[in-house]
Amino acid sequence: MADTITNTPTEPHGPKPKKAMSRANIFLYGTLIMVSLYYLLPLYVMIVTSLKGMPEIRMGNVFGPPMEITFEPWVKAWSEACTGINCDGLSRGFGNSVRILIPSVLLSIAIASINGYALSNWKFRGSETFFTILIIGAFIPYQTMLYPIVIMLREIGLMGSIGGLVLVHTVFGMPILTLLFRNYFASIPEELFKAARVDGAGFWQIYFQIMMPMALPIFVVAIILQVTGIWNDFLFGVIYTKPATYPMTVQLNNIVNSVQGVKEYNVNMAATLLTGLVPLVIYFASGKLFVRGIAAGAVKG
Amino acid sequence: MTVASDPPGDSAKRPRRLFKNWMAKLASLPMILTALVVFVGGTAWTVTYSFTGSRMLPKTKWVGFDQYERLWNTDRWIISIKNLAIYGCLSMILTLVIGFSLAACLDRKIRFESAFRTIFLYPFALSFVVTGLVWQWILNPEFGLQSVVRGWGWESFTFNPLNDPNTVIYGLLIAGLWQGTGLIMCIMLAGLRGIDEDIWKAARVDGIGVVKTYVMVIIPMMRPVFITALVLIASGIIKLYDLVVAQTGGGPGLSSEVPAKYVIEYMFRAQNLGQGFAASTMMLCSVVIILIPWAYLEFGGRKRG
Repeated sequence: MADTITNTPTEPHGPKPKKAMSRANIFLYGTLIMVSLYYLLPLYVMIVTSLKGMPEIRMGNVFGPPMEITFEPWVKAWSEACTGINCDGLSRGFGNSVRILIPSVLLSIAIASINGYALSNWKFRGSETFFTILIIGAFIPYQTMLYPIVIMLREIGLMGSIGGLVLVHTVFGMPILTLLFRNYFASIPEELFKAARVDGAGFWQIYFQIMMPMALPIFVVAIILQVTGIWNDFLFGVIYTKPATYPMTVQLNNIVNSVQGVKEYNVNMAATLLTGLVPLVIYFASGKLFVRGIAAGAVKG
Repeated sequence: MTVASDPPGDSAKRPRRLFKNWMAKLASLPMILTALVVFVGGTAWTVTYSFTGSRMLPKTKWVGFDQYERLWNTDRWIISIKNLAIYGCLSMILTLVIGFSLAACLDRKIRFESAFRTIFLYPFALSFVVTGLVWQWILNPEFGLQSVVRGWGWESFTFNPLNDPNTVIYGLLIAGLWQGTGLIMCIMLAGLRGIDEDIWKAARVDGIGVVKTYVMVIIPMMRPVFITALVLIASGIIKLYDLVVAQTGGGPGLSSEVPAKYVIEYMFRAQNLGQGFAASTMMLCSVVIILIPWAYLEFGGRKRG
């Protein structure tokens, strides 16, 4: 009796939440699982196809699991697949992509973090104007800037080289990364900066000793953003490099879409999966940070 | 985007000195050069040279609007524009609808939310080249989806979008949606999380159904999120290039050509620079047309004075 009195009388009113929810929930989970299957299907098909032999692919079912698992397509994709006359597989593209990726990521993040720091703590006349132009520039279709950049790279002798492509990635990564760092540095309490100024610290000292250590999480976000973005780039790779320095995505496309020879679908899928592996590993390893990175990249850019 | 500017009085108080803050200026030099030389300079250069008869090399032989006239008389460009219009409209609507629906499902306090989110978002980590090649394989008429369904006993089943000029664009759409909806879902989910719990309580008290609450109350409240998503989708659509190259190569025939591909083919393959410049200027124009209303909506109301 005492219990019923302490409970508020309004509680039993209305539909019972549990019963009403369960019907809706079946529908909800059903939908989500169906949609998940659509999203997972290509990954599954890639893995399964790359582990089959060609005879099995010709007979059968793309969705079926391999009857006999073979890693030969992987080996072939990595070291023997042909693009035109070169038959040294995707390993060359992988090497190029790594050699493009590391300097591009380091350079673009170094420049953008310093830009962001200068923009939030050392404003000068016109700094906001340049920044606004930079952000508007992020919306300009790359096609309008492709050819002038060809001319510029030719002038400084970097056309077709990995160095040239690194420069292009640095330039086009700058708007979004600068925004990312600028907003982050702007959120750091100004008193900290002022105190350092009073103690006589200069531009670089404050950057390296105070700002950079505080911004480590945003550096990680920027690295994730840049690694996936640069690894997945196709357009700049195809235009600013030559066959010997093609990044992995370009080489992959040339291998799979080449018109000569018999199509080896298992090798193609192994090559595709190999190319997708780097961003996938980063995605699954970084979890929430990846979401934060793309949300920053997407919403702001 | 929070482009907060200083109060204008701050710098006017002191006499302007070029060397005040010189280290910051020096450190910002890469940004200034990128903004002025590459973005402004490069764009202006391309627009200027679109009025020349440049072929293999850029030259200043002015031809007025000839390149544009030729552009709009070229079938390939018209096909490209039509394709982009179909792809763009469908992709915009479907991405928003699917993205929002998935986000709404995930927002119903379900279990395994992060697992579902991980699954919906992982395609976004993959490149368009990988996306295009996988879907090219799944949609392969001989060994892919079509042959599997036929193998189940439905002998007349036909699903071969990539080899039919009339449907190839839908084949691209399937792949494009697979790659891009996860991102929009994430943005929508973040938007839904920002909505006050009390709205739901109020809706329940008033006896309004869940779907009706979403349509009548939540979606109008999320207008800024939708606008951001829309801008994002639109700027992605105009850039559509890698996916087409990887999945269809523009074929069969010219039936899946897109403007970005047209520009690159004319600039770097056909050695008809003037056409490429004119086409890219048209792309720039379309971006400006999309961007100005957005910038107006986003920043117009907040301007001082």
